[in-house]
Amino acid sequence: MITHKDPIQIFLADDDEDDRNFFTEAITELKMESKVTTFKDGKDLMDYLENPDSKLPHILFLDLNMPCKTGFDCLKEIRANNRFKDISIAIYSTSSSEKDIEETFVGGANIYIKKPNDFSKLKKVIKDVVNINWQFHSSGLNKETFFFSI
Amino acid sequence: MKLYIKYDGIVACRVILQEQLERLEVKHQLLDLGEIEISDEVSEETFSELQDSLNKYGISILNNQKSQLIQRIKDAIVEMVYEKDKLPTTTISHYLSEKLNFSYGYIANIFSEYTFTSIENFIIIQKIERAKKLIVEEELTLTEISYKLNYSSVAHLSSQFKKVTGLTPSMFKRIIDKRRLLVNQVE
Repeated sequence: MITHKDPIQIFLADDDEDDRNFFTEAITELKMESKVTTFKDGKDLMDYLENPDSKLPHILFLDLNMPCKTGFDCLKEIRANNRFKDISIAIYSTSSSEKDIEETFVGGANIYIKKPNDFSKLKKVIKDVVNINWQFHSSGLNKETFFFSI
Repeated sequence: MKLYIKYDGIVACRVILQEQLERLEVKHQLLDLGEIEISDEVSEETFSELQDSLNKYGISILNNQKSQLIQRIKDAIVEMVYEKDKLPTTTISHYLSEKLNFSYGYIANIFSEYTFTSIENFIIIQKIERAKKLIVEEELTLTEISYKLNYSSVAHLSSQFKKVTGLTPSMFKRIIDKRRLLVNQVE
């Protein structure tokens, strides 16, 4: 097995500017070998991904409630396209209803995050998510049954 | 005749690295302090060829020995969780240090340094991975699965399952069933 010191590519699509800033700040403070790219809504994200030359992320954080294209719309489009099969999708939502959680996992999400409302919790959540995702990435675990709800 | 030469080891080294990497068509960037950034996926063959050709010049790829050991640790854990019909009843630390011929302290340290997790946690992840597989196969009941994986009870398995995935085994099963239903509808 060859391990490269490639930074982890992280994407976030969220229409709330404050949430985007908190997220980026949390990752900066975690000092992970990572690069974060943010998108202001689902359409912005899909426009980028649909370009065949676009660099794909290891993990994509998707807000559920966005105007124009919701996170769920993006999830469906991404999972319908084989080019994106290696991307882990983390739903990033204010809702913690079991129905939303179940529906997004059935729709192909791997991770479901209830948005934490304090910054240190956010840091811990992102760290846990990136770590578990790394285990799936590096240890040949089955991505078809990769679910993590936090 | 005797010649006196002066040489710069670092420059020589960089030229050798550059030549060998180019010969094997590995896209790369030489960084300072003995690091090379490889930008593409490298096949096992190319990698071992690179290693061999660099060894001739007294250059060895350091990281690889550690990642090899980590791979051996992972393999031993996976074998322990999957291939034995039941998990060993001796302690896991004893099992691993005997199998790999290193002290458990050394193994545990090197593992957590490079994998972002601990051996204990990795074993739990692997056990839950196997539990998922067994649940999906639908041949065993949860009680049988928990016995097979050395859990003291279904409750113990369920709580560890929940800790690793955030879901209960029954919710996990429901999601898998619904996904299968969706796939069948599409086909």
